[in-house]
Amino acid sequence: MLKILNGEVYDPANNIDGEVRDIRIDGGRVVDAFGDGRENGSCRTIDASGMIVMPGGVDMHAHIAGPKVNTARKMRPEDHRLAPVPRTSVTRSGVGRTVPSTFTTGYRYAAMGYTTAFDAAVPPIAARHAHEEFSDIPVIDKGFFVLMGNNEYIMQQIASGERERMRDYVAWLLGATGGYAVKMVNPGGVELWKSLGNARGLDEEVAGFGVTPRRIIESLAEASMNLGLPHPVHIHCNNLGVAGNWETTLETMKSLAGRRGHLAHIQFHSYGGDPGGLFVSRVAELAEYVNTHPNITVDVGQIMFGDTTSMTGDGPLAHMLHQVSGRKWVNVDIENECGCGIVPIEYKDRSHMHTTQWAVGLEWYLMARDPWRIALSTDHPNGASFVSYPRVIRLLTDREFRREAMKKANPKAIAKTSLPDLDREYSLYEIAIITRAAPARILGLKHKGHLGAGADADVTIYDKCGDAETMFSVPRYVIKEGEILVEDGSIRRETFGKTLYVAPGYDKAVEKDIREFFRKYYTIEFENYPVQLEHYLPRPREVATIK
Amino acid sequence: MQVDHVVCAFCGCVCDDIRVTVEGGRITNARNACALGKSWFLNHGAPSDLPVARIEGKPASLDQGIEEAARCLAGARYPLIYGLSSTSCEAQRKAVALAEVSGGCIDCCTSVCHGPSGIALQGVGEPTCTLGEVKNRADLIVYWGSNPAESHPRHMTRYAVTPKGMFVPEGRKGRTVVLVDVRRTPSARAADIFLQIRPGRDFEVLWALQALVNGRKVDAASVENTGLSHEALAAMADRMMRCRFGCLFVGQGLTQTRGRHFNTSAAFLLVRSLNRHTKFALMPMRGHGNVTGVDNVLAWQTGYPFGVNFSLGYPRFNPGEYTVVDLLGRAEADAALVVAADPVASLPAKAVRRLAEIPVIALDTHESETTRCARIAFTTSTAGIHVGGTVYRMDNIPIHLRKVLDSDRPSDEEVIGRLLARVKELKAC
Ligand code: SF4
Ligand SMILES: [Zn+2]
Repeated sequence: MLKILNGEVYDPANNIDGEVRDIRIDGGRVVDAFGDGRENGSCRTIDASGMIVMPGGVDMHAHIAGPKVNTARKMRPEDHRLAPVPRTSVTRSGVGRTVPSTFTTGYRYAAMGYTTAFDAAVPPIAARHAHEEFSDIPVIDKGFFVLMGNNEYIMQQIASGERERMRDYVAWLLGATGGYAVKMVNPGGVELWKSLGNARGLDEEVAGFGVTPRRIIESLAEASMNLGLPHPVHIHCNNLGVAGNWETTLETMKSLAGRRGHLAHIQFHSYGGDPGGLFVSRVAELAEYVNTHPNITVDVGQIMFGDTTSMTGDGPLAHMLHQVSGRKWVNVDIENECGCGIVPIEYKDRSHMHTTQWAVGLEWYLMARDPWRIALSTDHPNGASFVSYPRVIRLLTDREFRREAMKKANPKAIAKTSLPDLDREYSLYEIAIITRAAPARILGLKHKGHLGAGADADVTIYDKCGDAETMFSVPRYVIKEGEILVEDGSIRRETFGKTLYVAPGYDKAVEKDIREFFRKYYTIEFENYPVQLEHYLPRPREVATIK
Repeated sequence: MQVDHVVCAFCGCVCDDIRVTVEGGRITNARNACALGKSWFLNHGAPSDLPVARIEGKPASLDQGIEEAARCLAGARYPLIYGLSSTSCEAQRKAVALAEVSGGCIDCCTSVCHGPSGIALQGVGEPTCTLGEVKNRADLIVYWGSNPAESHPRHMTRYAVTPKGMFVPEGRKGRTVVLVDVRRTPSARAADIFLQIRPGRDFEVLWALQALVNGRKVDAASVENTGLSHEALAAMADRMMRCRFGCLFVGQGLTQTRGRHFNTSAAFLLVRSLNRHTKFALMPMRGHGNVTGVDNVLAWQTGYPFGVNFSLGYPRFNPGEYTVVDLLGRAEADAALVVAADPVASLPAKAVRRLAEIPVIALDTHESETTRCARIAFTTSTAGIHVGGTVYRMDNIPIHLRKVLDSDRPSDEEVIGRLLARVKELKAC
């Protein structure tokens, strides 16, 4: 039992905007009152007078585990040696700036007040690997999205009009991988990249499969909805990082035709201009569409200046980045399912292009009218490491700080954006929305992102001191499942969080057909493919589908 | 009794289609396995009279062995943990934790096989794919410095050469196979083209091919000593550029000969250049069943894939300093824990001499030269036969091992886990 008294509580899901409230925690959950007359019994009390209390942060789009992240780790010793993390009596050692080792990943999220994070792109055949790394990521709860936008079995079913079979397969695959949601990365384009091509528009045919990106998007959005998945289809659009891509992004939104969908790292998809030329911001048009279409949610994928590692399920994109920068390049094509690419990248404040990207991200935050449909993200580590979230928060809450930051960037590029005209400052209430309440709601996690009775007792308590960046970097206390794990920025006790997954029902008859596909085209037996949940998920937590 | 879809964890192919027959508590058949795999299944484990632990060659209880070994590790100034390529990731994860509390180094067989491939990845990146992509798409297969017919007997039949794939419906007929090596190995029989190069000339050949692929002129004099004519090289470059989907399999003939990581970097750069013309991938032919797994475990726990030092309380990486041959050769390590490897039989003489001077703790499923000279030897059960767990195939695909038989012996994971707990107590940390 734990009492947090007199804190200034920001709990937007329950309409609490900075009121002084007490929070009671029992059995890892928030409760209205301790039962059985235990109200006056002994329990730990935190006096949070003058402090800010929020639900634990929820990162809905990051790259933290699995084969792509681990290959990036293997590739970047020069990045690791800049940031060694010694062991302590309670924590494991580690390394890493942009691709931290597993233990360091968990501690850093926790030390920043984040208690839940999702990996946004796991190849189904490597799901076991992601779970193994999850077992070595301490403190936080975690889950992952399963790459399906270039799955050859799915494309075959779409082409032959087998909608039900496809839906059953999606359910089977989510269950077999212990995944959380359907992810699409450059639908159709990654398949084409397997023969050096790419998909440039929604109606381009995926050679050999008789489908188009549009049909893949429609079908998977439909399947996610019909299966009642808590999180709708999660889309990384075609043409990421290409001048003029905003039209593809708008087309993608329209193709959802009212179905729910989440567009990931929208910043990277909001550029006007001619292909190959300079980027110009098209946030205004896209934000207007999002503002008026409640079925659509986004996360931003803010870039921050500095060196980072780009890692993506979008192989052709990584190859393009490699050709532009000449830096080392990894590509992995993954049988029947997907692929990935990795390139180190430096975002320079002098660069016209990078400044435009930086400003486009900020425009998104400042022009989105409904904070409940936009989540803070840097697409870690693609735009920047997740440790830069506190700085992003300061850019949003502190107009003067933003102006100073603009002065350091490329002035010509800044002048072409609407950033200098945007005076909006986020309130703490709105920050609580875009960093916890909204991502939890978009993910369909009813027990997270708020502090009402029954919520997971994941709570972050900040000292009101210094600027927003300092405050959000080093919380005074971080509580996970009712236990105080972090005090003053250091981990006091190591625990391991839960793995969130879904297991939608399906007609088992589909397995016969899937088995046949495996026999022909896979190199692993159908029987050895599904992840043994009892072995690989030490603390499983199934999230129910919506009936 | 028959068990289907059993996984062979002997070599990096990690075939998972084995049908194992168990009769009277022994494995009597392993259908689909190659000769190496059959022998792994049929001759698994040590004779039942080999004690679970031995101290100075004398039988001891497991508890005594753990206590003695833990004291030895806790008392060491600069211990080395080495091997790990033939055990499960679950055991490997505990071994990294043990290295961390012991404050020494951990290194795996990678540093003496495909370390140079790992270094090439760090230097230039790596265009690669999974084996199913090769099966489904590849019309050109190049084995370089690798002899799969003997080292990975099912590699050609299961993945790379004969299988029919989605875009290679003709199977073998739809592919061209090239073998590049310094001698005509048994794999040459399965190849359409054999290119014999002079020993130690791999780098020059790879560099010339890269130049040709990049459209540069290569004068005949510069390739004179390679064993290949300019015409042969030009034809090879042309063949690689014109294929639909190629895959270069890199063997130890490249990684462990003159040039080492220069060779692998040249190979990786060649494949990178080829991607301007066509789709081309490469893949190191990882040898032991789970050597790919230990690279992965080390990378996710420490950031580095092999040769990791914990002396300062955090991971550091420096091949040539924290790698097994060097630590032993320079007589730096003062104790060694060897897991599922036989360094006494395989390392250079200087390193082996050091192993004879320092206390060695060995975990293995069978008697080896290393267990014979170890101060403390544990006989453990076999991952993939007696216990489950995870292994990574050479293309990084994680596969879950099936348990086929019971065993009285502890697993590597259990022994390392107990050592970890006890060393923590002894070091009071
Ligand atoms: S090829 Fe390797 S994995 Fe396959 S059966 Fe033979 S030894 Fe085992
Ligand atoms: Zn992403």
